[in-house]
Amino acid sequence: MKYVYFPGCCIHGSGRHCEEALFAVFEKLGIELEELPDWNCCGSTVYLAIDEPSMFALAARNLALTQKLGEKELFTPCAGCFLALHKTNDYLAQYPKLAEKVHRALAAVGLEYNGQVQVRHLVDILVNDYGLERLQSQVVRKLEGLRVVPYYGCQFIRPYPVFDDVYSPTSMDRLLECLGAEVVPYPLKTRCCGGPLAGMVGEVGYRLNYLLLKEAKRRNADLVVTSCPFCQFNLECYQDEISERYHEDVHIPTLFIAQVVGVALGIPREQLGFRRLLVSPEPALEKIKEVAHA
Amino acid sequence: MPNEHNVPALPRIGVYVCHCGTNIAARVDVAAVTEYASHLPYVSVAREYKYVCSDPGQELIKKDIEELKLNRVIVASCSPHLHEHTFRLTTQAGGINPYLFQMVNIREHVSWVTEDSAAATAKAKALVRAAVQRVVFHEELAPKSYPVHPQVLVVGGGIAGIHAALTLANAAKHVYLVEREPSIGGHMAKFDKTFPTLDCAACILTPKMTAVKAHPNITLLTYSEVTRVDGFVGNYRVQVKRKPRYVEENKCLGCLECITGCVYKDARYPSEFELGLGKRKPIYVPFPQAVPLVPVIDAETCILFKSGKCPKGCVKACGDRAAINFDQKEEVLELEVGAIILATGFQTFDAGRLPFYGYGLYPNVYTSLEVERLVNASGPTGGEIVLRDGRRPKRVGIIHCVGSRDDQTNRWCSRVCCMYSLKLAHLIKERTGAEVYNFYIDMRTPGKGFEEFYQRLLDEQVHFIRGRVGEVNDWAAIPEEEGKLIIRVEDTLIGIARRIPVDMVILSVGLEPQADAAEVRKLFNITSSAEGWFLERHPKLAPVNTFSDGIFLAGCCQGPKDIPDSVAQAGAAAAEALALIDKGCVELEPNTAWIDAEHCSGCQACVALCPFTAIRFDAERRVSVLNEALCKGCGTCVAACPSGAAQQHLFLDEELFAEVEGVLA
Repeated sequence: MKYVYFPGCCIHGSGRHCEEALFAVFEKLGIELEELPDWNCCGSTVYLAIDEPSMFALAARNLALTQKLGEKELFTPCAGCFLALHKTNDYLAQYPKLAEKVHRALAAVGLEYNGQVQVRHLVDILVNDYGLERLQSQVVRKLEGLRVVPYYGCQFIRPYPVFDDVYSPTSMDRLLECLGAEVVPYPLKTRCCGGPLAGMVGEVGYRLNYLLLKEAKRRNADLVVTSCPFCQFNLECYQDEISERYHEDVHIPTLFIAQVVGVALGIPREQLGFRRLLVSPEPALEKIKEVAHA
Repeated sequence: MPNEHNVPALPRIGVYVCHCGTNIAARVDVAAVTEYASHLPYVSVAREYKYVCSDPGQELIKKDIEELKLNRVIVASCSPHLHEHTFRLTTQAGGINPYLFQMVNIREHVSWVTEDSAAATAKAKALVRAAVQRVVFHEELAPKSYPVHPQVLVVGGGIAGIHAALTLANAAKHVYLVEREPSIGGHMAKFDKTFPTLDCAACILTPKMTAVKAHPNITLLTYSEVTRVDGFVGNYRVQVKRKPRYVEENKCLGCLECITGCVYKDARYPSEFELGLGKRKPIYVPFPQAVPLVPVIDAETCILFKSGKCPKGCVKACGDRAAINFDQKEEVLELEVGAIILATGFQTFDAGRLPFYGYGLYPNVYTSLEVERLVNASGPTGGEIVLRDGRRPKRVGIIHCVGSRDDQTNRWCSRVCCMYSLKLAHLIKERTGAEVYNFYIDMRTPGKGFEEFYQRLLDEQVHFIRGRVGEVNDWAAIPEEEGKLIIRVEDTLIGIARRIPVDMVILSVGLEPQADAAEVRKLFNITSSAEGWFLERHPKLAPVNTFSDGIFLAGCCQGPKDIPDSVAQAGAAAAEALALIDKGCVELEPNTAWIDAEHCSGCQACVALCPFTAIRFDAERRVSVLNEALCKGCGTCVAACPSGAAQQHLFLDEELFAEVEGVLA
């Protein structure tokens, strides 16, 4: 198995631990990654609000580069990039006027794009390509006894139901169950974490994260697991501020999905980016019973 | 043989171009088309008229036939669908054979679908020219008459099927009523009260159910399904499969002692009739008022069928009557009927398709049909409105339009949900004193007494919140919400998002076509809308007819409707069926094919192709033979015949070629 890899800006900044874990897990599973040469920003953040055609041109350049490699799939571990690239495919197919602008922009740098590159999500690859049975056979440390909140975030699959239900996704639930974890029913699993708001408009962003963390604590979870590096950053980094602001202890370890998979696969902590975490998951992980691998 | 009096030396054609008010005239230059037609070969007269289908319009044609000695008539107007029949009668009344008439559709095919006036006029002229060239070759034909079987088949034993069957039986016609469930009664049998009068559903339905059973003119076939339909209007042959219920209907007295005698002392399997809220034994009647009151043994759960080892308490309890027969096999019946009424009903929307409402996830989220059973005195709780854990709800939320008026699922309004939600709200408020919240998009209460009932609920201080609910979950944001279900909704009248904590959520599920409506549609060779509702012949003027003559519709299989509308439609369908069979014979279009034995090479290509098995091979004469009574005039054999032996009335080669040349000239 091999994928063209689109890291996205986030994972190279605040999400380096996520990438470390991703690389370690994929190496362990024998999944190869080839970084897309000369990739650029997916355009998802500010561009989208200011200049839509430029955003789609930026995203389309990455898709065109993938096509140039002769590949049909592009993998990104970031929910924001996943949505932006997906949306680009959809909009190019739906809106001819926009497509014309984007194609002209691509042609100016000698690129072309036929709309055929499929964008792939980390959870999609693990659940549907690698397969849960096969993954389960690789588990050396079952996450038994661990109560985990699966937090999908708002961009996980919305609004394109490519591999899961838009309103009530379950693929990460199944992935965590296959690792042996106890999945906590969590009705807020697709609620927004605020994206960049926590850093820009604290009172809004903090409140959104507060609601998510508070509900995870209320349900006696040991751990929150996110499918998106940026959600992981948001939920983990402001726990001190949020606890202080709302006079309530909302500290709970928060990991990126690849880190949890890595633990179950028996990958050493230092390869899973644990040293970069702000809230130590160690007390929670001590709950896991050692299970000898057959 | 053509009537000698009418044999024309030369064709004398009258052409009548209709304005259809402004429907045609606004786009087509009717005067120009008329002027053009008047110069075509054999045309004796061409006239325009505002409404040719009106009495004066028809008089015009009749007068011309007489005074100008016309022997061919063409009307250029609307689709032949409605008025071909009208104008054929006019032609006949004028004194010439009705098949010497040709209709041109310049409304649906021209004015309604063409933007440009010049193009529309040119197209209308071409179509009129084609008709003029074709009608010259028309022959005198006579419709064929066949006797009609006086029996009627009614499919579906809900309130619509029951009412249709009783109406026909009271008119001394024999009716076969086929129902696939063990009892008739349909959805109505599950309801407690009916809106807006709040009369008890069982009290008004049960007498009709027993009347069906007792009626000498009704053969009731429950636990049965129609599996094949052949023939044509007035002469349908229908195959019905009777599933084994392992209790012989003619021996059973309905004492139900066998159920008491069953080896299982307690009911332990989810009851289909109670939607899983109640339990039944492997031998059961779906509900106490079931008709026929004959138990069914479910082979899936009966221990004898599963293991072969059972003390057979049911057989012992039945004793000398010996009605229980484990060897009963599926039975196949062949019926001959003149007309068929389909009253196959609806199914409710599967609430699990909208996971954000939590159905199946949170035990206290119910569908409205489940709550109908909960409030029903003969239901699983004896009419006590309690939650699954036995608590009485203090706050209840009713969410309207679940699976209705929704782009993601069903776009139509299910018509009954607003009213049954009001009914449930009233019953719950009355019996538990709970606070009841209705979440609606629009209140639709257009029936007799409906708006008054809505006003009554407002006076009873039931809460109404206008807004489509976003989600139902157990996310308690404050301690007071612990243990509650939270309904999150945008209240669009005050413009804010609200959280309403409740103990019980009722999803007012919409109505949709039965899961197997598509197969049933094919079985009876009728059409359906894109959504799957069976299609009436005309939405206003033939609301219970289908495009297949002799097959009629009643109740919700045609679209969502309430009980009064279903009953009214069932009465209409019964009247239509009665009109058909009471006449004693049917006249069929003479547009059938025939096979010229002299030219038939005996290749049998047509035999295999005929979709109506109307052609057989005569091995002795080595030619194909066509049964005109079965022929539907589809033309498949005519097109396929390599030797030109198969031909078809009204579609003769010379007629078709002349028509094509006329269009292209």
